[in-house]
Amino acid sequence: MKAKILIRPKRGILDPQGKAIERALPALGFEGVSEVRVGRLVELEAAEPDRLAELCEKLLANPLIEDYEIELDGDPTGGEALQTPPSES
Amino acid sequence: MGEARLVWHEDTELGGVDVVVVPGGFSYGDYLRAGAIARFAPAMEAVARHAAAGRPVLGICNGFQVLCEAGLLPGALLPNDSLRFVCRQVELEVESTATPFTSECRSGERLSIPVKHESGRYFAPPEQLDQIEARGGVVLRYGPGQNPNGSVRDIAGVVNEHRNVMGLMPHPEHAVDPLTGSDDGLRIFTSLAASAARRDREPLNI
Repeated sequence: MKAKILIRPKRGILDPQGKAIERALPALGFEGVSEVRVGRLVELEAAEPDRLAELCEKLLANPLIEDYEIELDGDPTGGEALQTPPSES
Repeated sequence: MGEARLVWHEDTELGGVDVVVVPGGFSYGDYLRAGAIARFAPAMEAVARHAAAGRPVLGICNGFQVLCEAGLLPGALLPNDSLRFVCRQVELEVESTATPFTSECRSGERLSIPVKHESGRYFAPPEQLDQIEARGGVVLRYGPGQNPNGSVRDIAGVVNEHRNVMGLMPHPEHAVDPLTGSDDGLRIFTSLAASAARRDREPLNI
């Protein structure tokens, strides 16, 4: 099954990539853009989609600093995120 | 000081070494996250066994990142707050000498050692940081105004609970000769050599 995994820095953690983009935007004429956060999108095909959360916890994301969402292709909920890790603290 | 032995990443045994050093570099091109893929190298299982037996493991730079990703050390290393690769000499303060890595240092001593990294911003949640600090787990801190990467609480090096695994972002192995500006990094290695010599004389007390 095809899946998309969205990984992003946890809230409250400084994201210097997002900040660099945010700072560059006014010079390009884009005003009023804020709270830019940069994450990663991983696309894959999984024979065992049930194990994707484990895969995220062990490798694709570092749960200490990142949140992830798994979106399964053809998901009847319309591709809504199926899994999000329990937020820490 | 003893003999160095290179361990290939696919090796499953370390050959009875006293100390393991997981060196710097950019394993797997830092893809995904620095150290995230290298932690699955077969050699890392042997490193984890070595650590579990109470023997010293030192992670330098990428090695520090690998040890954090492997769960042998608390916390994580994030991209520098400047988003730039930083390569410069920094002053470190030795905060704990009660480790096999710093036993030859004086408490509060300043060490001049270079950093060279892009993902060296140490991070752990505040409550975990409090625990680490309470057990004396912060061994090295960047001196005032010296923090090169935005590390939380100026942390440059930490040890695990049993104090036999340490990671640091600066490169002590690149400060071993006055010709290159400083030989302060030697102190880390003479400490390790002294600890290995002590262990030879005494039974392992873990």
